[in-house]
Amino acid sequence: MGSLGLRHALPLLLFLLLGFAAPLLAVIGYSVMPERTFGLWQAPTLENYVNVFTSTSWISFLTSLTFAGLTVVILAFACYPIAFGLARTFGRWAPFLTLLFTIPLFVSENVRMYGWVLFFIKNGLMLGTLKSLFGFEIESWLFTRGMILLGMVYVYLPFMLFPMTLGIAMVPKETRDAAYDLGASRFQVFREVDLPLSMPGIVIGLLLSFVLAVGAIAEAKVLGGQRAIPITHDIEIAFTYSQNWPLGAALSVLLMLVVGVLVVGVLRRFDLDAILGRR
Amino acid sequence: MARANWRGGLIWGWTLAVVTFMYLPALCLFLASLTSSRYFIFPITKWGLAWWDKTFASLEIHALFRTSILTAAVVTAIAVVIAFFGALAFARYDWRGRSIYQKIVLLPIFFPQSVLGLALLLWFNALGLQLSWQTAAFAHLVWIIPVVTLVISIQVYSFDPALEEAAFDLGASRFQVFREVTLPVLLPGVFSGALFAFLLSWGNFPLSLFTTGADTTIPEYLYAKMVAGYTPGVPVLGTVSTAGAAILLLGGYALIVLWRRRRET
Repeated sequence: MGSLGLRHALPLLLFLLLGFAAPLLAVIGYSVMPERTFGLWQAPTLENYVNVFTSTSWISFLTSLTFAGLTVVILAFACYPIAFGLARTFGRWAPFLTLLFTIPLFVSENVRMYGWVLFFIKNGLMLGTLKSLFGFEIESWLFTRGMILLGMVYVYLPFMLFPMTLGIAMVPKETRDAAYDLGASRFQVFREVDLPLSMPGIVIGLLLSFVLAVGAIAEAKVLGGQRAIPITHDIEIAFTYSQNWPLGAALSVLLMLVVGVLVVGVLRRFDLDAILGRR
Repeated sequence: MARANWRGGLIWGWTLAVVTFMYLPALCLFLASLTSSRYFIFPITKWGLAWWDKTFASLEIHALFRTSILTAAVVTAIAVVIAFFGALAFARYDWRGRSIYQKIVLLPIFFPQSVLGLALLLWFNALGLQLSWQTAAFAHLVWIIPVVTLVISIQVYSFDPALEEAAFDLGASRFQVFREVTLPVLLPGVFSGALFAFLLSWGNFPLSLFTTGADTTIPEYLYAKMVAGYTPGVPVLGTVSTAGAAILLLGGYALIVLWRRRRET
C-alpha cells in the first residue's frame, strides 16, 4: 500500500514544489540582494534586514499583529455559540446555514469592504436612515481604526467558524451525557468536557484566522483610509512605488517567519484525520 | 427544559444576527446599484436600472468577464484532477509519509495570500516568464488545489474501501474499479470541489493583483475603480458576483441533496 499512496500524492507534491516552495526560495533569494536590484545573481548582503529594523516598518509589524490578535479574540467569542448551534442544535437547518456563511467567501473581499463603505458613508444606508427617520446627523465612522477591525472580523469570520464547528462536532454525545448523569453542572460540562475535547478544531480556527488576518491589506485601505498601516502595505509599497524589491522581499521573509513558526508549531501537534472525520 | 429552550433561542437569535451582518454589505451594494443618480444617497430618490444597462453594454466589461471565466475554468479543470488524486492520498491510503503530506497540503492555505502573490511574482520574474492570465491561473492553483483537496478528502473519509476490494475480488481491472466504483461514489465531493475551485478563482484578488500582468480580472478592475473614486458600476458588478455565487452554491447544494435522495430510494 505504501507506494500507492505516494503515487497518488505525487502530482500535488510536484506542483507545490514548483508553485509554493520555489517561490518562497525566490523571496529569500531576493531578500539578500543589494538594494533596488531586479536580478538574483549578485553578491548576497544582509543590508535589507538592517534597513527593516532601522526604518519604521517594525511599527507596521506591530500594527498587523495587534489587529490580527484583536480580530481573533473577537471572533473566538462571536463564533463559539454559532459553531455550537451548527454542530449540535440546528439539526436539519445546519447545512443550509453553513452554506449561508460560505457564500460571502466567494465574493472578493474588496467588493464586500466596499459594501461596508456604502453602509457607513455619509448619506449611506445607516446615516441616511438615521437622518431621514429621526433627523439627527452624526459623523461617519469610516476611516477609523475601529472600522478596520470590523472589516477584519467580517472577512475572517468563516475561517474561525468552520474549524470550530468541526471541533465541537468531535465531542461524543455519550461523554457529555455521562458528565451530566454524574451530576456536572452546565458550566462544568463546558469547561471539563466540551472545551478540551473540541480544542483541536478551536486551535486550528484561531491559527487560520490569525495567519490570514496578519496578511490582511484591503481592510485598512478601503475602510481605514490608511489610519493604520499594516505590514502588507509596506511590502506592497516596496514592490510598487519605491521599486525596491529586495527590501520588500526582506519584509516578506520576516512575515513568513512569524507565520511559519506559528503554523508549523501548532500543526505538528494535531492528528488531522481525527478533525476531518476519519472513521 | 425551559432553560434549554431559552438558551437555544439565544443561539438562534445570535446566529441570525450574524447572518444579517454577513449580508449587510451585499444589501448595500444591491441598493446602490439601483440608483440612477451619479452618487449613492440613501434613502434613494431616483430608482432605476440605468447603471445595469451601461455596465453590461460596455465592451471593456465583456473582456473582463472573458478573462475571469477563462482563468476560473482552467483553474477548475486542473485543480479537480490533481486534487482528486491528492485527496485519495490524503484520506484513503495508509502510507508512510501521509501525516507529513497532510500538513504540507495545508501550508499554502495557512499562508497570507498577498505574500504568496508577491512570492510568485518574484519567481515568475526569476524564470523570465511573461505575466498573463496563465500565470495568474498558476498562482490561483497554488492556493486552490489544497482547498479542493480538503473538500474532496472529507468525502473520501466516508468512503468504504471494502467497495473497491469487492470489485477487485469480482475480477475487475484497476481502471474498471476506478471508473465504476471509486469515481461514482466520490462524485458529490468532486462536484463540490469543482464548485469551490471555480468560485475561489473567480473572486480572488490578492493573487491576481501581482500575477496577471496586462490582463485584468473582475476583482482587479473593481479595486482599481474603488481606489479611483465612486463609480456606480462597482455596485452593479459587486451585486452580480454575490448573486452569481449564491445561485451556483445553492443550486449545487440542491443538486447534491437530490442526488443523495435518489441514491437512497
